Amino acid sequence: MRAASSRTFLRRALPATALCTMLAACNEGVLAPKGPVGLAEKTILLDATVIMLAVVIPVILLTLYFAWWYRASNERARYRPDWGYSGRIEMIVWSIPALIVLFLGGIAWIGSHDLDPGTLWPGARKPLDINVVSMDWKWLFIYPEQNIATVNELTVPVGTPVHFHLTSSSVMNSFFIPELGSQIYTMAGMVTQLILQADEGGIYKGLSAQFSGDGFADMQFSVRVVSEQSFKDWVTAASQNGVRLDTDGYDALLQPSHADAPRTYSSVEPGLFDHAVMATMQTDTH
Amino acid sequence: MTLGKLSWDAIPFDQPIVMGTLVVLGIAIVGLLLLITIRGWWSYLWHEWFTSVDHKRIGVMYVLLALVMLVRGFADAIMMRTQLALAAGGAQGFLPPEHYDQIFSAHGTIMIFFVAMPFVVGLMNFAVPLQLGVRDVAFPVLNNVSFWLTAAGVLLVNVSLFVGEFARTGWLAYPPLSEIAYSPGVGVDYYLWSLQIAGLGTLLSGINLTTTILKMRAPGMSYSRMPVFCWTALASNLLIVAAFPVLTATFAMLLLDRYCGFHFFTNDAGGNPMMYINLIWLWGHPEVYILILPAFGVFSEIVATFSGKPLFGYRSMVVATMAICVLSFMVWLHHFFTMGAGANVNGFFGIMTMIIAVPTGVKVFNWLFTMYGGRIRFTAAMHWAIGFIVTFVIGGMTGVLLAIPPADFVLHNSLFLIAHFHNTVIGGVVFGVLAGYTYWFPKAFGFTLNERLGKAIFWCWVLGFYLAFMPLYALGLMGATRRMQHYSELSWKPWMLVALCGAVLIFIGLALTAVQLIVSIRQRNLHRDRTGDPWLGRTLEWSVPSPPPPWNFGRLPQVQTLDAHWVANHGGSNAPAAPTTVYRAVRIPRGNPTGIFMAFFAVIYGFAMIWHIYWLAILGLVGGLIIALVQAWRPEREIEIASEEIIAYESGVARGVA
Amino acid sequence: MTSAEWVERAVYAPLSEQGPAPKEVVVGFGFWLFLLSDIVIFAALFAAYAVLSGAVAGGPSGPELFDRQRVFTETLCLLLSSVTCGFGYLAVQQRRAAPAYLWMFATIVLGLLFLRQETAEFAAMVAAGAGPSRSAFLSAFYTLVGTHGLHVTAGLAWLVVMLAQLATLGFEPMVGRRFLCFALFWHALDIVWIGVFTIVYLGAH
Repeated sequence: MRAASSRTFLRRALPATALCTMLAACNEGVLAPKGPVGLAEKTILLDATVIMLAVVIPVILLTLYFAWWYRASNERARYRPDWGYSGRIEMIVWSIPALIVLFLGGIAWIGSHDLDPGTLWPGARKPLDINVVSMDWKWLFIYPEQNIATVNELTVPVGTPVHFHLTSSSVMNSFFIPELGSQIYTMAGMVTQLILQADEGGIYKGLSAQFSGDGFADMQFSVRVVSEQSFKDWVTAASQNGVRLDTDGYDALLQPSHADAPRTYSSVEPGLFDHAVMATMQTDTH
Repeated sequence: MTLGKLSWDAIPFDQPIVMGTLVVLGIAIVGLLLLITIRGWWSYLWHEWFTSVDHKRIGVMYVLLALVMLVRGFADAIMMRTQLALAAGGAQGFLPPEHYDQIFSAHGTIMIFFVAMPFVVGLMNFAVPLQLGVRDVAFPVLNNVSFWLTAAGVLLVNVSLFVGEFARTGWLAYPPLSEIAYSPGVGVDYYLWSLQIAGLGTLLSGINLTTTILKMRAPGMSYSRMPVFCWTALASNLLIVAAFPVLTATFAMLLLDRYCGFHFFTNDAGGNPMMYINLIWLWGHPEVYILILPAFGVFSEIVATFSGKPLFGYRSMVVATMAICVLSFMVWLHHFFTMGAGANVNGFFGIMTMIIAVPTGVKVFNWLFTMYGGRIRFTAAMHWAIGFIVTFVIGGMTGVLLAIPPADFVLHNSLFLIAHFHNTVIGGVVFGVLAGYTYWFPKAFGFTLNERLGKAIFWCWVLGFYLAFMPLYALGLMGATRRMQHYSELSWKPWMLVALCGAVLIFIGLALTAVQLIVSIRQRNLHRDRTGDPWLGRTLEWSVPSPPPPWNFGRLPQVQTLDAHWVANHGGSNAPAAPTTVYRAVRIPRGNPTGIFMAFFAVIYGFAMIWHIYWLAILGLVGGLIIALVQAWRPEREIEIASEEIIAYESGVARGVA
Repeated sequence: MTSAEWVERAVYAPLSEQGPAPKEVVVGFGFWLFLLSDIVIFAALFAAYAVLSGAVAGGPSGPELFDRQRVFTETLCLLLSSVTCGFGYLAVQQRRAAPAYLWMFATIVLGLLFLRQETAEFAAMVAAGAGPSRSAFLSAFYTLVGTHGLHVTAGLAWLVVMLAQLATLGFEPMVGRRFLCFALFWHALDIVWIGVFTIVYLGAH
């Protein structure tokens, strides 16, 4: 029967699609985290999904089953034309969503606190501070302790928490490294905080996740996670290339450009990040 | 007389796609106007439709407007899908960023404001007074004005395609990007003015329908005897009255920033872009409930009707609806968990968002138990209902997932988010309005739509939806963000291609909708609804002929139960005896051109403000004022239908000759 | 249930079961909803003001700019105009033309006095370099207070039109309903003003 075969088709196609979706997405991005923040978030994602599927899949199956069994042509199904209320069913029907929500609500509350972007988790090592300025359409990274800066390329040591202090030189952006975890907005005139850590070496992709204009798609940066020694070596090499980032250089960076090649500055004018935070509040002469 | 910023440069002669569209549209519009003129239809259209204050006519016009704009919004969608299928690795696709950014902004704006809203408002306009057993809405002339103000917004948005540009900011135009410093062109102004004008129309419509539902129901129709669709319409319109003013105020503030150098949301002089985001989502979240609640109502009617049973758990459906109405104002921050509000705030809003999933879940179960024990007829409308339940619960699930702040931290603004809201909006709102269109079409026009094509359309949409959006869930998990004009990962390209196939399938569904209309009109005598009740319906609209006479009910029904029509016809010995009342003369209001003239001046005002042609804007305002004054002095002109005429009409219907 | 029983029930039925309400109730209710929506606009503007009240961008702040004496006089004018409006509406209900015109004319005068002082305040502030584009605080101030002023202006224009309607159409039911709406509008503006002078002027620190 046409109606029944349509329903069987749906019944088979749906879980298959879901499975393929999940399998293929397992190798990169959010489901392949390389650090503790991303790992915790992935765990929450999968746990919550499984809990909800425990309700969603039976509901879908029940829908298809009821639709098929109570079809008008089915003589065996009992027709109850006046039945429209059952206290017991009502109680179950309110309880199931309420219980799920109670449980997931707990996860949401605890997760929000444990994974608050700017809060360092217990037992972490001393973090490396990096100042971030989102610009049109590139990223500026200032290492205050090391007194160097880079554009569109982030180099961090493995196994060390990195404390990002972020601002924007123009419009809103969102700093996001999918394989390391949480993103955070960058906004002019204020500083947001994000702590991430990479536990595996490699090169990861970073991007902006908040649309910011014509060059938005090019706001990608590479994240190089290297050993501690390599990081120290890199810092030493970088501070010797002789290019200084001062206010004039910063103003030059403010000019809109996209797909900027990565570059490094060997020294940074003191207070440049504070200048970046405050500058747009005076006059927005973009 | 200066023309402000307007000049010949505003016309994008260098964009072949736009120019091509202009030529095709131009020919089509001129052709249509010629056809109407040659056939002499202007008088009919003017008197019977454009100036009509009949809620049934206005409802049909809203739905027609929505369907036409669905084509435009969908054209944007297919261009986006094609661009993303092409622009992988180093490829740039065929749409440079300046155009792609306008296309995705227009896509969202049009789909929400000029497809979903008019469709939903149109269905409510058509069905609510009939279901309530009354003759029209509370303020018929205002109803007509509301429609034309919406149409004015539509016109302005479409003009932006050919004269100037549209916003390049996304459909909510976040500052500072939407401020004059970063968007100096006219695009954001087109966006703001067309939505302010259309928003006024929507607000007035909200006031109209709320008053109708609360103050105008047939005698005996207490709140507990009101159809569920009317309850969802009530909740939706209460939300319109409460939420749309926030949109108006917020857009007004952005306009003041852009035109007068104010500093509400600028980066400098103390402005606060975060405040815009809070305000706009304070409107934005209720907005999605404004859209989905009537869709839920449509499905409640359809599932009950085609199961041949009353809706299960009527009272808890009502409680759930009103709970959703109230709760929808308490969840707005979940749209920006990543703005850094802190763990307590994020946690609170995450929990509130989940709480709102409870009444929604209750509704799903209630539909299930409506089917239980039923005798289900699988008409096209019922197909939509089943497809909706299955699809919407998946969308709801991903929504609850996103409501967990740490999960959102990695999925915010990704293609996973896009998949989620299309899942709920298409699976919920679009399926709902297409189902409502199928369900109430015979009531409006007197014949049913071709059922076979209706089912084909359903399958195109359902399969097309899954093909188009399941890959996006995967892509979001792989780290793909939204609004990208191109991307570097070649491995994402196959997913984008599958998504494009899904969009093509939906396109076929859309094309079939047009075909279905033509075929059904041709076959109308075959599918004539001669009883007024082609579906064995339960509510009062099925107790009047199809199409209903202008006065709807010869005598207002005396309502004694829920599902009044069903009980009266099928209640057997349990049905209470209908009391006899006297036929009285009925006064129905005459047509009124105020709406269309108001809209005319609104378009002039809007266009003038966009291009900074201030003398013209003043003219527009003065014109509107004059129209208002003319209307103020217009005597309340009504047509009186004598009771004899009504009696003659009804006996004609009974004999099958009307 | 027999017809007789139904008829008896209808007489004692709750209001919700008595069929469509009379036109005056419907119009009044609809206008109330409109007023509520208008108040939501003001609520959004109040919220913006609250958020931005400290954002003076190094420029002048409330206490430096506000003249409490003038605000007091403005408030008196507006509140008195509500009183005259109330009496005027009573006269309309009682179909007494002369008092209706007199009281409504007084309302116009008082409303105009209010507006004159407000525009003088704005002009003085702008001349002193404290215009709306100086800072976010000032943007919010001018918009909130100015929107209220615009509503007052529109209300006065509406009142003039209503008096013209009274003169040309007499005490028609339609005219009576519109005066009801106007009176509701005018009193609502008063309520908003109380919010304005409390939060903006008295609350300035």
